[in-house]
Amino acid sequence: MEAFVTHTGTAVPLRRSNVDTDQIIPAEYLKRITRHGFEDALFASWRNDPEFVLNLPQYQGVSVLVAGSDFGTGSSREHAVWALQDFGFKVVLSSRFADIFRGNSGKGGLLAAQVSQEDIEHIWGIIENSPQVPVTIDLDAKTVSAGDFMCEFEVDDYVRWRLLHGLDDIGLTMQHQAAIDSFESVRPSFKPSVR
Amino acid sequence: MAIQSAPADQAKLHTPLTMAEKVWSDHIVRQGDGEPDLLYIDLHLIHEVTSPQAFDGLRAAGRPVRRPDLTVATEDHNIPTIDVDKPIADPVSRIQVETLRKNCAEFDVQLYPLGDIEQGIVHVVGPQMGLTQPGMTIVCGDSHTSTHGAFGALAFGIGTSEVEHVLATQTLPLKPFKTMAINVDGELPAGVTAKDIILAVIAKIGTGGGQGYVLEYRGSAIQSLSMEGRMTICNMSIEAGARAGMVAPDQTTFDYIKGRPHAPQGQDWDEAVAYWESLTTDSGAQFDAEVHIDAATLSPYVTWGTNPGQGLPLSSFVPDPADASSGEERAAIEQALAYMDLTPGTPLRDIRVDTVFLGSCTNGRIEDLRAAATVLRGKHIAPGVRLLVVPGSTRVRLQAESEGLDQIFLDAGAEWRGAGCSMCLAMNPDKLAPGERSASTSNRNFEGRQGPGGRTHLVSPEVAAATAVTGTLSAPADLGVAS
Ligand code: SF4
Repeated sequence: MEAFVTHTGTAVPLRRSNVDTDQIIPAEYLKRITRHGFEDALFASWRNDPEFVLNLPQYQGVSVLVAGSDFGTGSSREHAVWALQDFGFKVVLSSRFADIFRGNSGKGGLLAAQVSQEDIEHIWGIIENSPQVPVTIDLDAKTVSAGDFMCEFEVDDYVRWRLLHGLDDIGLTMQHQAAIDSFESVRPSFKPSVR
Repeated sequence: MAIQSAPADQAKLHTPLTMAEKVWSDHIVRQGDGEPDLLYIDLHLIHEVTSPQAFDGLRAAGRPVRRPDLTVATEDHNIPTIDVDKPIADPVSRIQVETLRKNCAEFDVQLYPLGDIEQGIVHVVGPQMGLTQPGMTIVCGDSHTSTHGAFGALAFGIGTSEVEHVLATQTLPLKPFKTMAINVDGELPAGVTAKDIILAVIAKIGTGGGQGYVLEYRGSAIQSLSMEGRMTICNMSIEAGARAGMVAPDQTTFDYIKGRPHAPQGQDWDEAVAYWESLTTDSGAQFDAEVHIDAATLSPYVTWGTNPGQGLPLSSFVPDPADASSGEERAAIEQALAYMDLTPGTPLRDIRVDTVFLGSCTNGRIEDLRAAATVLRGKHIAPGVRLLVVPGSTRVRLQAESEGLDQIFLDAGAEWRGAGCSMCLAMNPDKLAPGERSASTSNRNFEGRQGPGGRTHLVSPEVAAATAVTGTLSAPADLGVAS
């Protein structure tokens, strides 16, 4: 996984709360067995509407999504993270993320940064007035800046450490094989087995 | 107090613990400063949709599945529910199902494919085979894994990267969850079901209210429920934002498990029951949050909007955005009403539906089918309404047929289908047409969930059956049927 230290790009306001993973990527697209190529699937039904914010000319080439509260509720589909990444997003800002979505983001290297709803509204105002203003996310300092405005964001310390160093979980866990072996050696015999 | 991170034995001696904390601490493989706990996973369930990229990852790294004996796969999400003996017509679905078959063969994972007697929705299959037991950690690349918490297991949905992690290591690094008690005390009025309880809970705490928590459903109304009812409730914990829901195991739980194919036997059974009994929350244990609901105040619930928190008693009216308490809530109500094509103030009972879907891992078990059949017996569905009955597993289908329920459904004008997820998420040919409205016993009323442009009202099996008969959202009592 690529390390994430800072990112600067333009941002798009998504003024909706409770954006669920069925909206981020409808189930129809989950039949694919690859890990890439989901850019066409992102917000597929909303993108049919020419007025949808991602279709507006001023928000082309964006890489930061500034969303309403409770982003990523619903299904566990990691395809939601892949679709956001394939489309070009590096960061999602929201005042509250669904647990599984946030976990999936951390695994895949998409930064889900939690910002207060007040700060979200502020950033919405800025990027609606000046869509081209560069927005910088500094993972080391845990700050977001847009023009003159700056605020802090929250992210899990361990996820932050992994992202800063580009480390993947499986490799880290593989270092603890001995601990897993010894746990298994004392598992009770009444635990079910599929065989 | 967060889930205990002290070593298990020590913690048990000193602090009264909640059930979730006990199960957590009994599965800690390793703890490190500033790191998540490494948790052992007792059972890993797999299906066709969220696993292909995980197996690809294993292949790329040259890793085997560490514990094929603790891993089980079934086909459910995108398979058809008619013509199941023919090749799958949709080529993309077919490739995904064939990929699962190839992966399971290559990695030595037990698979119950379409046509097998054990095939079904992954969360119906686990409990039915006796693989779901108290005190276990259970994961699946599916958010409704919370269903298995009904047995007192710590069960939660994971993403595809985590599926790969569990396949490779049989563990997951996890940060402790907080705990929330949902106390539902008192006697449920006649006609009020487990589905109504959980819709009322989500309406009360909101779709984000459980975020970061494991919910423990407690109280006399919960204890009085069957295992099926408890599964319905735990299933929808995720719709309140929680990772998992749990119910303390008791005699109802033990009776359900006993004699199932993977239930412990002989001396193992006695040891298992002793362990299971030790799992209940200690008196004096502290939850991080508590919610109280008086069961006597509940009535049949339905959703009117586009998230499961937007639910109300069937006797009420479509809400008015003008009554919202915040700008964000007002916008959410306006968006939902526009999508659902509803007018504020309309009685919910006046909402006309085109399709009724009875099935899913929320309400596709035998007891759900029996409840709906009781309402439908000797009646016919309203003209223009389509009723789709989809059993949660092949065994549920066979059981229903042996009880003659299929005939009741068919006589009422319903379609009787093979087992699968079907119209719960519309990955297979069972879909709503754009603008079509459904009453559905599934768990999500998101925009387009049951087909692009489709509109969903979440209901119990009893309300689904009564609605099919009248054509508008209705309870069995409206038909003069006691449920
Ligand atoms: S029935 Fe619906 S919620 Fe349950 S596993 Fe299938 S798609 Fe998911």
